Amino acid sequence: MKELKLMKGNEAIAEAAIRCGTDGYFGYPITPQSEIMETLMAQQPWNTTGMVVLQAESEVASINMVYGGAGCGKKVMTSSSSPGVSLMQEGLSYMAGCELPCVVVNVVRGGPGLGTIQPAQSDYFQSVKGGGHGDYKLITLAPASVQEMADFVELAFELAFKYRNPALILSDGVIGQMMEKVELQPQQPRMTEEELIEKYGSWATTGKTADRERNIITSVELASEEMEAFNYKLQAKYKAVEENEVRYENYMCDDAEYLLVAYGSSARICQKSVEIAREKGIKAGLLRPITLFPFPTKPIQDIAKHVKGILSVEMSAGQMVEDVKLAVNGSVSVEHFGRFGGIIPSPDEVVKALESNFIEG
Amino acid sequence: MKEEIIIAGFGGQGVLSMGKILAYSGVMQDLEVSWMPSYGPEMRGGTANVTVILSDSRISSPILHEFDTAIILNQQSMDKFEEQVKPGGILLYDGNGITRHPERKDINIYRVDAAEEAAKMHSTKTFNMIVLGAYLKINEVVKMDNVLKGLKSSLPERHHHLLPLNEKAITRGMEIVSEVEV
Repeated sequence: MKELKLMKGNEAIAEAAIRCGTDGYFGYPITPQSEIMETLMAQQPWNTTGMVVLQAESEVASINMVYGGAGCGKKVMTSSSSPGVSLMQEGLSYMAGCELPCVVVNVVRGGPGLGTIQPAQSDYFQSVKGGGHGDYKLITLAPASVQEMADFVELAFELAFKYRNPALILSDGVIGQMMEKVELQPQQPRMTEEELIEKYGSWATTGKTADRERNIITSVELASEEMEAFNYKLQAKYKAVEENEVRYENYMCDDAEYLLVAYGSSARICQKSVEIAREKGIKAGLLRPITLFPFPTKPIQDIAKHVKGILSVEMSAGQMVEDVKLAVNGSVSVEHFGRFGGIIPSPDEVVKALESNFIEG
Repeated sequence: MKEEIIIAGFGGQGVLSMGKILAYSGVMQDLEVSWMPSYGPEMRGGTANVTVILSDSRISSPILHEFDTAIILNQQSMDKFEEQVKPGGILLYDGNGITRHPERKDINIYRVDAAEEAAKMHSTKTFNMIVLGAYLKINEVVKMDNVLKGLKSSLPERHHHLLPLNEKAITRGMEIVSEVEV
């Protein structure tokens, strides 16, 4: 039986983590996502499913605990907000280099530096362009509702294990703090070692048995030729992700003359902007990327063929707009509108930006 | 049906929990709901506000700058939100501590002296439920039995003995709210 509850996005992440059979959560508190660990601690899943919930001494420690858990083939995750996620970048690069699955949740707040505790989307580049050192990508999901906060935990784990790569849920203070109705999945058991091997192969360091070779997890390779070969393998994997895992949603795009592109909470605001614009007689539509890596390049290209202009709307100084521009490659005018530093744009402001960029004068 | 509401006042007045009860009541009535707080370093004595949307269809933006109803519980919130009520909308306020009363003629203004009434009831904590009652009297967005169900599911079980007191406060709010002619 599915249950309908009213809860915050952050609480939904925690509830979903328990229910999808997560083995371990390691984190360090930071606003605006502290409810994730608070909810986990209150639920005490170690008494029910056996899930470990541990407050580490720092974000650096958290991500390295995740690294260790993932190396043992466990479903492990962490969550933080912008400054904390910056601290995790080294660990994420190592995990990508070791081809280890994990889920990281970033409930973004305004930056740079310690910044503000209010919502922002200014960690887009860090999320989809690597973040740490080396040529790697994080599979990045952008929830736009409390329901998606819950649903994407399991989805992120699935993708992380399928491709043996860290997956990121890129949320923000709006989606983390707001309450909406959410339908929770029934409790799933945690994966056994046998199930892991059957489903995803034998790569985890769980103790060598007599009938197989040693599993070695490392990101170091001093022979350049070997390292290049490994990088080709990684790139082939990211290409497969791009081919198979693009997710997006269209809202009133069929007859649209102007396209808004926005993800997460901005997409919610832009949905209202589309309604306002349509009332004014402006045929606007919205494309909402659900995966940011892989980016919905092709769907944007297709819509670009029949629109007069595209406005990328983000709570940043203009980051995703670069990927929108790359997608349409000059075929149609692309502009950016954003507020940042913790300011949330109003639906009206977006409509005004659309008008001033493409319609007036 | 769609009702976009801002509830604004001081931290500690029960602004967020009043919004939560309204949202829960909406769930009980099978509506779509969103509850978006102004979270931050605010604490008791600081400003606090929450946007609640109740709708029979999918809710787009949880963040708004124009409202069908503003429930205003201090002067700072009056200064900020009076102008954000849609023409024809509702402004409900508690007169306690208000030095500049609302002046708009294109909206419907109501007053409930909930702080005073809560003091009379010897339970200042019922303040927000008196305000909620006043609002439900003006605009029955959710039915009373759903409000009571909402109240029950938003309160932790250890506080369930307070349910009758809260119900009484809601009823009292319904009785004492009055329309203000500008």
